[in-house]
Amino acid sequence: MSVLLIAEHNNQDLKPFTLNAVTAASQMGDDLHALIIGQNCGNATKKLSELPLVKKVIQVEAPHYENFVAENFAPVILKLAENYSHIVCSANTFGKNLMPRIAASLDTSQVSDIIKVISQDTFLRPIYAGNAFATVKSKDSKKCITIRPTSFDPCEVSGGSAPIEKAEASEEFNHTKFIKREEIKSDRPELGTARVVVSGGRGMQSGDNFKLITSLADKLNAAIGASRAAVDAGYIGNDHQVGQTGKVVVPDLYIAVGISGAIQHLAGMKESKVIVAINKDGEAPIFSVADYGLEADLFDAVPQFLDELNKLNTIQK
Amino acid sequence: MKILVAVKRVIDYNVQIRVKEDNTGVVTDNVKMSTNPPDDNAIEEAVKIKEAGKATEVIAVSVGEEKAQETVRKALAVGADKGILIKTDGVLEPLAVSKLLQKIVEKEKPDLVFMGKQAIDDDCNQTGQMLSALLNWPQATFASKIEIKDKKLEVTREIDEGLETIEIGIPAIVTCDLRLNEPRYASLPNIMKAKKKPIEQINASDLGVDTSPRIEHIKVEEPPKRKAGIKVSSVAELVQKLKNEAKVI
Repeated sequence: MSVLLIAEHNNQDLKPFTLNAVTAASQMGDDLHALIIGQNCGNATKKLSELPLVKKVIQVEAPHYENFVAENFAPVILKLAENYSHIVCSANTFGKNLMPRIAASLDTSQVSDIIKVISQDTFLRPIYAGNAFATVKSKDSKKCITIRPTSFDPCEVSGGSAPIEKAEASEEFNHTKFIKREEIKSDRPELGTARVVVSGGRGMQSGDNFKLITSLADKLNAAIGASRAAVDAGYIGNDHQVGQTGKVVVPDLYIAVGISGAIQHLAGMKESKVIVAINKDGEAPIFSVADYGLEADLFDAVPQFLDELNKLNTIQK
Repeated sequence: MKILVAVKRVIDYNVQIRVKEDNTGVVTDNVKMSTNPPDDNAIEEAVKIKEAGKATEVIAVSVGEEKAQETVRKALAVGADKGILIKTDGVLEPLAVSKLLQKIVEKEKPDLVFMGKQAIDDDCNQTGQMLSALLNWPQATFASKIEIKDKKLEVTREIDEGLETIEIGIPAIVTCDLRLNEPRYASLPNIMKAKKKPIEQINASDLGVDTSPRIEHIKVEEPPKRKAGIKVSSVAELVQKLKNEAKVI
């Protein structure tokens, strides 16, 4: 049996985490097919066909697929499902929204957010905000799996030439209409894939003070993260939230500024390679995961940090 | 309009989780339990809609052991009109829970079903979407704003890229994000009043649903521990360490 990966894309390009999902899916079986559902998504389809791990690409296009509505996607996937032993996609908001709709229709108990493929039916996944790891074995004949993208390396992007097959669109689901998407465009690296992330918490005290985070991020070519407290307080948008109910990031360097380190926040960043914490409360739990902790007022420390960085001859990009 | 809200009893979000020594799960004995946080948002939203005169009844339902009654009772104390407890032994998978909820939906015929987007214990993020598939209803997941417009809802969803707005027809499922609203605390008089509100108890086994596990938990372990770091005394020292020791800048 083969493995079906559902590609995440924006019709033009593949979303970066599709590459991580391909790696994960390839560990569940060799005959990996990738399904792309969209509208005018030729360019993204071509890129998918160039991934060496992908053996076949299935493309389905229709106007009602332009905005990735799960209720429209699910029937297409269900029609193809009989040929596959595993259906896989990323555990980000796209996959979290879509996969359970497929799993329930297939009467399959989904395995969410896996961080390791142990065998074709056994997986490792974090539970309780990453405070425990569960090894789970799926007994369903067909498996629906979402993968945590940051736990798998991105796959090779060139050298493949998988055949592209077109499949028929399904009818539109009439009770769900897409209205709009408000994406914050930025020249910064994407939070999920950035090498460096600078995050601010409640200690920032205002949205205006987040400028300090922005300056530091500019200097380090970093993405900007935030704790839930900072997002709830309206200092910054929800797309920056790192944690159990936000994004999981694994950068080389994570700098937590004015973040106390609730377990829900640690769940989203504690796998980072190097963690720096700047907090005036020496007892803050963030220091328990920090490689380098600085007990200081962030309003003094961040400007000094910028000064010190300015003294360096080179900064890695 | 009738709103059904599903609530789950979980280990309180402030509790430091401990893994059992025999690796069969996490310690739950003598541990503080609470309502799953985004389920509080779901109840709050339903009660607000009722207070605005747009809903006539809010029903809270939980699937769990006898003690999950406390979770239902708490929903009644913040404004739900009646409660349902579907009694089970042990932990059910989201697929089984959604099948049980489907039975309740068929019986109670709500116009809307609300629940939290994710339970903070198993972190599955499945039940709402699964119930929506079983009923073939529209789904609005990760909702941070809900507006009722005639027989439709306009819902703002939190997605990785920012915000998305969709319009869904009623009946529908909405899974709630933590930013949807600020859940209220139950006042003492309301806690007293909630004790008189009815909670219907149903045995899961009487609903004719196969709830047997499809996923075997082989073991539950502590995650690898991070080795302790150091405290630096100045920003200059921090930058020097990052440059020369960690080599990340």
